[in-house]
Amino acid sequence: MGWAIALHGGAGDIPRSLPPELRLPREAGLRHCLDVGIAALKAHKHPLDVVELVVRELENHPHFNAGKGSVLTCSGTVEMEASIMDGKSKRCGAVSGLSTVVNAVSLARLVMEKTPHIYLGFHGAEAFAREQGVETADPSYFITPENIVRLKQAQEANRVQIDYTQPIQKEPNDAAAAGARIPNGDSQIGTVGCVAVDGEGNLASATSTGGLVNKMAGRIGDSPIIGAGTYANHICAVSATGKGEAMIRGTVARDVAAVMEFKGLSLKEAAAYVIDQVPPGNAGLVAVSSTGEIATVYNTAGMFRASASEDGYSEISIWDSPINFM
Amino acid sequence: MGGWGIAVHGGAGVDPNLPKERQEEAKRLLTRCLDIGISALRSNLSAIDVVELVVRQLETDPLFNSGRGSALTENGTVEMEASIMDGPKRRCGAVSGLSTVKNPVSLARLVMDKSPHSYLAFLGAEEFAKKQGVELVDNEYFITEDNVGMLKLAKEANSILFDYRIPTIGTCGAGAAAMDNPLQMNGLPISVYAPETVGCVVVDKEGRCAAATSTGGLMNKMTGRIGDSPLIGSGTYACELCGVSCTGEGEAIIRSTLAREVAAVMEYKGLRLHEAVDFVIKNRLDEGKAGVIAVSKNGEVACGFNTTGMFRGCATEDGFMEVGVW
Repeated sequence: MGWAIALHGGAGDIPRSLPPELRLPREAGLRHCLDVGIAALKAHKHPLDVVELVVRELENHPHFNAGKGSVLTCSGTVEMEASIMDGKSKRCGAVSGLSTVVNAVSLARLVMEKTPHIYLGFHGAEAFAREQGVETADPSYFITPENIVRLKQAQEANRVQIDYTQPIQKEPNDAAAAGARIPNGDSQIGTVGCVAVDGEGNLASATSTGGLVNKMAGRIGDSPIIGAGTYANHICAVSATGKGEAMIRGTVARDVAAVMEFKGLSLKEAAAYVIDQVPPGNAGLVAVSSTGEIATVYNTAGMFRASASEDGYSEISIWDSPINFM
Repeated sequence: MGGWGIAVHGGAGVDPNLPKERQEEAKRLLTRCLDIGISALRSNLSAIDVVELVVRQLETDPLFNSGRGSALTENGTVEMEASIMDGPKRRCGAVSGLSTVKNPVSLARLVMDKSPHSYLAFLGAEEFAKKQGVELVDNEYFITEDNVGMLKLAKEANSILFDYRIPTIGTCGAGAAAMDNPLQMNGLPISVYAPETVGCVVVDKEGRCAAATSTGGLMNKMTGRIGDSPLIGSGTYACELCGVSCTGEGEAIIRSTLAREVAAVMEYKGLRLHEAVDFVIKNRLDEGKAGVIAVSKNGEVACGFNTTGMFRGCATEDGFMEVGVW
């Protein structure tokens, strides 16, 4: 036993030909965030604090699809969302439709702790942010040149895509098909998330995102939905990533814990089982159990991820086989 | 076994002092909605069409807390939300933050059928509504005198008015005792009937299940607050095995992903519908108060609640029909 942590920067069709100038900053980002999380766990911070801290770092990193670097809606704007959950108490908080809040995950935590509600969205969430005095920025702060390009490509293809770039395809739902590369081989970026457990079995999970490239204004994905993108109870903590609509209908995050509880599967078996139920190319997740197990599973080409545990194990990966055993 | 089945609810948690006339009024509405659903089932409409039809009825009638008759936000306005789910392929649609859409459940259906997404909210949802040409009205249309009065009470008590009531006293002489010890809900003395969330679950002759839930949410809620009703897995869920709609304490329903839980214990523990409903009500709510209606693909219907009463009605093809409050 002992502490364990896993974090992700999104699952999707990450091309193996991803050029170093795009791969290295993301790897460095994963490494940095993992270090932040490990330091916090070593300092005996509660997993709820740890996941918030790590997701804040991921949000601030411009190469991941959350906070700064969020993908754009069809109107060229940013609408961010996030959720956070504490395993022992099952208290949770969520926000959607943020356009000026620098760290959505922290606002989600404030909703959980400072309001009688669980979930605030859009103008109400922005108003709450101002009341709470959280850090805000002009909407332009969150927009990066890469995302302007992604939006343009998606609009030209007249498609909504899981925040990654692909050559123009005619089948709007066939996101995982072909796996072809575009000339400049841009990377796949996605939702971010973190799960952690301490030596006492306290679990927590948090997820944050800008959503889908070219999404309709007002579109909510799985990341702020408890049970879909985020879940934690006394058994495990899960943060999922991929095509939101598939994760919502599959109640992916919740199902990992349910399958462990009701079918007696281990964390890794449960994670594999659940991801297997989602159509290929659509989902990934990171999870930790109360006993310090780690699972990172995806049915996409890759998933930006990093994990570590108290026994000295540590890993940072993008590809490798879909079932990732320690 | 087999055959169609239908259940409707107008909310869990009823004031034991609710005047007889109001109880009768509620039962008449539930009966009317059941009859509409039964008629549709006999005409071979599919489960998904029937749940939408019935919830539209409940939204249109000002008696319960959805559509017209919705609870009011802290600003005295109405923000409605709803979700709908079709069991066979687990397609789903949800909306939040609606202020001019006459029938939120129908917009949720359009999100499911006509958009690339599963969930749209606030301005984006309203824009989508305009594009789809659904019936739009002024926000005033949804506001009733009763609710204006309730909001005033809630503000005076300076707390959130939940959409149900539970007594803090035992079963003897509940009426008299209530006079001496006013019923409390979150510190607010209750003496007025409060409106409730609505929902409908259906299994049609082909064994297809569907579920839908609609609400105006909590009286005096913060603007932007999203509850359990539009969250797939919490307020609404349907799959091959069953259809579920929940009502009651939003936080409790979200933390326990209550609707998904019913299906999960059926799927993973092999429980029958009634057992599953009993199990989740007994074991998954902790301190929370909620009610559930559910149907199974075998034509069974079940209701369960740990509140004082739940406005509900159910019917099955073999002639069984029941409408109840307690």
